[in-house]
Amino acid sequence: MERGEGEAEMAKVVVVTSGKGGVGKTTTTAALGAALAQRGERVVVVDFDVGLRNLDLIMGAERRVVFDLINVIQGVAKLSQALIRDKRLENLWLLPASQTRDKDALTEAGVERVIADLRTKFDWILCDSPAGIERGATLAMRYADEAIIVTNPEVSSVRDSDRIIGMLDSKTVKAESGERVTKHVLITRYDAGRAARGEMLSIDDILEILATPLLGIIPESQDVLRASNVGSPVTLNNAASVAARAYADAARRLCGETIAMMVPAERKRFMDRLLGRRAA
Amino acid sequence: MQLKAEPQRQLVRLRGRSYVAFVFTPSMPIMDWLAEIDATLARSPGFFVGRPIVLDLSAVDLSRQGIVQLVTSLSDRDIRVLGLEGVDAERLDPRLPPLLTGGRQCVIEQVPPRKEEPKPAPVASLLIDTPVRSGQCVVFTEGDVTVLGSVGSGAEIVAGGSIHVYGTLRGRAMAGINGKADARIFCQRIEAELLAIDGYYQTAEDIDETLRGQAVQAWLDGDNMKITPLN
Repeated sequence: MERGEGEAEMAKVVVVTSGKGGVGKTTTTAALGAALAQRGERVVVVDFDVGLRNLDLIMGAERRVVFDLINVIQGVAKLSQALIRDKRLENLWLLPASQTRDKDALTEAGVERVIADLRTKFDWILCDSPAGIERGATLAMRYADEAIIVTNPEVSSVRDSDRIIGMLDSKTVKAESGERVTKHVLITRYDAGRAARGEMLSIDDILEILATPLLGIIPESQDVLRASNVGSPVTLNNAASVAARAYADAARRLCGETIAMMVPAERKRFMDRLLGRRAA
Repeated sequence: MQLKAEPQRQLVRLRGRSYVAFVFTPSMPIMDWLAEIDATLARSPGFFVGRPIVLDLSAVDLSRQGIVQLVTSLSDRDIRVLGLEGVDAERLDPRLPPLLTGGRQCVIEQVPPRKEEPKPAPVASLLIDTPVRSGQCVVFTEGDVTVLGSVGSGAEIVAGGSIHVYGTLRGRAMAGINGKADARIFCQRIEAELLAIDGYYQTAEDIDETLRGQAVQAWLDGDNMKITPLN
């Protein structure tokens, strides 16, 4: 996992965030982390949800946690002691959160130090943010280069995501130094049938409200739930499933590839419009 | 002839020392005032024993005879007068206690003898009769921790001594954290995420699958943590 000094600037810090809880941030972090690692990238997924850790469960590493992010921040443990290597992918690592400490144990200086340290070791640092706009969430996005805003096709989720995008544009180190955090929207739990019946916001409406490029659309799928319950990122558990393929595509887009947006929808015309929007 | 004078031997050494004395200020009529003293003595007969008393006569105008009488009647009550105050020197006679001047006010505090507070017996054990939930962290560095319920996944018990769990241990248990290598961890059902004794630990993964769900104890055998079934 060590690498040369010259490569250090390649590392990308990506925060996976949302305003509302329960939209699938943790699932997304694990799925994208695994998908990137499958492509040969060196990936670490960091659980910033201190107090309510879950990423270790989704990654199936909860039985191997000894030290966590807070221990590293407080200097109790070294980073190398806290990192857990995935059993399936040797390029994939996890930095778990602590459940017994509260989010106040995260300090800005500590987070900065850990992120800087991770940058020297990995290509991708995926930060699983807690929901909301509180300290934990702001610290998770603080040092991000890119952000994935996970949203469900429902009004409350979209409005909260809008709030988070506002924070990404004002409260991050990049924003404060006049740069921009690259932002992507990832729509999860999308049900084409219900969207067609008008029971969900359409993708058009979501993108219209958020005015942010789309990274992917993950269909509502039993595979996602099944994968969570066996402690495996969906992209590893059942790579052939629709959800896994959607995540794999999203990972490729994150790497800069142009992939046609697979909309799990009956209406073809819809997809064309989307592609037009993304190019714009 | 000697140039140096013989050092003189000092025969009388004078040293200053101050004492705290009670000051009596008799008031007229003297008989009533004495009755007051008698009443005090009736309540606590030993009150004035061994206490230096100074008489302040500034509030009364007594003749030499009167002063002698007052001092006598006090000594009849076993009150020894150490000195007199607030009276002209010519009214005194050699039989009377000396005249004192330059007395300063001070507050006499009666310090009641401190009662020995019953010291709380050293607590050697902490008893928790509720389940320890995920996210809770129980730290008891003084001694043993006993949990009557279960310890949830993501909960943590940290003890200076041993840890006893009479439910399912799903979370983390760290015993003997202050270097107590003979501490042990006991539980009714083991599903633990992490067990540690005196810094040696095993995560869930290191724990033998066959032990899962059993009643076990964990203990240190030198540098090795052993987990063995109870009974």
